[in-house]
Amino acid sequence: MSSRERILGRVRRALADVPRDDTPYERAVPRDYLREHGERSAEETVELLAENLADYRAIVHRCADGELPKLLARLMAERGSRSVLVPPGLPPHWIAAVDATRVPDRAGSTPHELDRVDSVITGCAVAIAETGTIVLDGGPDQGRRRITLVPDHHICVVRVPGQVVSSVPQALGRLDPARPLTWISGPSATSDIELDRVEGVHGPRTLEVVLVD
Amino acid sequence: MSGTYLGMPAFPEAARAAVRDRTLRGNLRHATHTIRAKRAKAVTEVSDWAELREAGRRIKDHTLRHLDRYLVRVEEAVTAAGGTVHWAADADEANRIVTALVEETGESEVVKVKSMATQEIGLNEALEAAGIRAYETDLAELIVQLGKDRPSHILVPAIHRNRGEIRDIFRAEMSEWGRPAPEGLTDTPAELAEAARLHLREKFLRAKVGVSGANFVVAETGTLVVVESEGNGRMCLTLPETLISVVGIEKIVPTWRDLEVFLQTLPRSSTAERMNPYTSMWTGTTDEDGPRTFHLVLLDNGRTDTLADEVGRQALRCIRCSACLNVCPVYERAGGHAYGSVYPGPIGAILSPQLRGTGSDIDASLPYASSLCGACYEVCPVAIDIPEVLVHLRERVVQGGPATRRGNKVLLKPAKGHAAERAAMRAAQWAFAHPGVLRTGQRLASRTRRFHPRTLPGPGRAWTGSRDLPAVPAEPFRDWWQRTRGGEDGTK
Ligand code: SF4
Repeated sequence: MSSRERILGRVRRALADVPRDDTPYERAVPRDYLREHGERSAEETVELLAENLADYRAIVHRCADGELPKLLARLMAERGSRSVLVPPGLPPHWIAAVDATRVPDRAGSTPHELDRVDSVITGCAVAIAETGTIVLDGGPDQGRRRITLVPDHHICVVRVPGQVVSSVPQALGRLDPARPLTWISGPSATSDIELDRVEGVHGPRTLEVVLVD
Repeated sequence: MSGTYLGMPAFPEAARAAVRDRTLRGNLRHATHTIRAKRAKAVTEVSDWAELREAGRRIKDHTLRHLDRYLVRVEEAVTAAGGTVHWAADADEANRIVTALVEETGESEVVKVKSMATQEIGLNEALEAAGIRAYETDLAELIVQLGKDRPSHILVPAIHRNRGEIRDIFRAEMSEWGRPAPEGLTDTPAELAEAARLHLREKFLRAKVGVSGANFVVAETGTLVVVESEGNGRMCLTLPETLISVVGIEKIVPTWRDLEVFLQTLPRSSTAERMNPYTSMWTGTTDEDGPRTFHLVLLDNGRTDTLADEVGRQALRCIRCSACLNVCPVYERAGGHAYGSVYPGPIGAILSPQLRGTGSDIDASLPYASSLCGACYEVCPVAIDIPEVLVHLRERVVQGGPATRRGNKVLLKPAKGHAAERAAMRAAQWAFAHPGVLRTGQRLASRTRRFHPRTLPGPGRAWTGSRDLPAVPAEPFRDWWQRTRGGEDGTK
């Protein structure tokens, strides 16, 4: 007997007490929890996102669409970044003013090559105000998962209010499970040493989020 | 389960030794109290906590009650998404499968995301025996691995180590495993974390095989979810060419939507955060993004035996948040190692004896490693009634009765004043000789709920009798403690 059959057989015997007409899934789970916590206008939701992002030590900026190229150029310059990873679908005008070598997101790049790049700029799929989370789904303006992981500096552009939702339930509704998803709430952190929070163990040590109107 | 540490004394002896260790107790106390207060605050932020908790309980219960169906669905969905599914009836089989998969790649090292399941089966040791080195990449697991130590907490496995000890371990051991600790390393957390970053980055960037567990597997879509903080998980899940995930069969949730419940309750219950820094979700493989080959190993290893127990099966709802450890007065004093299993604390006290059976001294004594104060039940985000299961298992130990072992029905003999009984009595004695435990015992009456009428037979009766003791303290317990045992083991 294969282990598959053995395990399934054990499960079925273990559940001998469960009646066949047990409540179907749709009725088994009460969904009377909230779809979002509190009522907010679109602008208040964006403000809450900014607040919660900052609370988890992401650096938050806000600007109008037209100011984005200047802002990104400034952020890169302030950090002294000389190279930037660019996902294939990143709107070219975003980084038109950036004075750094563009490194395209290629399948063939090795992790060591990525490790030598200073910064990465991406968009996102959705942002969650209540938790201060941005979610990447590998879309054209976000690129492969590893490009937002290996470099030490990640700038993520969120279009507000369109890409912002209030809550986790609302975010899941917008996401496609078939894509690889990365949920990011602040920079990498550990509390393993006497529960003191330290930022930046393995992921990018600096996360900057730009909210663009 | 190969998790009983060899030569491990039963809980009371192990606990007694741990309680005498001042450093350990100081470290534990600091950690559990900090995290406990934070959690309470994080939970009050969510006004619908009770509803979320109830939904979580129902989702998990429903899944367990139809686990055969959902297991098959997971297999279909993962396969359709480009993954390969393997079934492992026990630890040995899981280890054989993973070892063979690594050998197929021709690699002799793997990077690992922290995972309870792989610890439970002793995967690192099995790989080592096959000449494959497994690098733990979670900072705490790294500390444990370098210190040739055992984890003592589900979430913060090195909770028993303070910064000075960690610095010493890094200085002494890092060079054995790869990049040595930087010159002049101090004990500030920032420097220690930086040393770990440099040491591990070297391994991430060259790794070809990653091994992980999962927090959730969505049956409907075949999606796996790993919740973490440091980014080491993302590294292991993204950079290698081959990814092998070993996942207990109880980790399944039926639908994508179910994640909305657990992604709200898990971070708040475990690290007391609104959301943990990183969550990775993947469904099979994705062209040119992440691992090209994905294997899912579905692990039984005693879970179906646990499932067969109508009272005990609720332990399989556990989402390993560790909230119950942080509120447990017994855990706080005894520490994780005393439980002699990878699952310490209240959840360990009910899960380990079910996964492994109550044949050994340590497993027979685990259901007694509790004061039944009920705090664990109150914080549990999936409402596992740990006290109820503890009492049920105590009955099983002293009275014997039907149980399932490796899929077969067996009739356990009652413990006849031998090992189990002695262990039990000593555990009870031990619990009641300790102030915090006793103090919480005073709150018992209101919380013992439905097992009030029960009286345990045999040694259990003596035990039940002693439950009344706390109600009538002759003098404040702290005074008594000072007078009789003060200073002996640094209780204050
Ligand atoms: S038993 Fe409940 S509180 Fe304890 S770790 Fe599991 S889910 Fe968390």
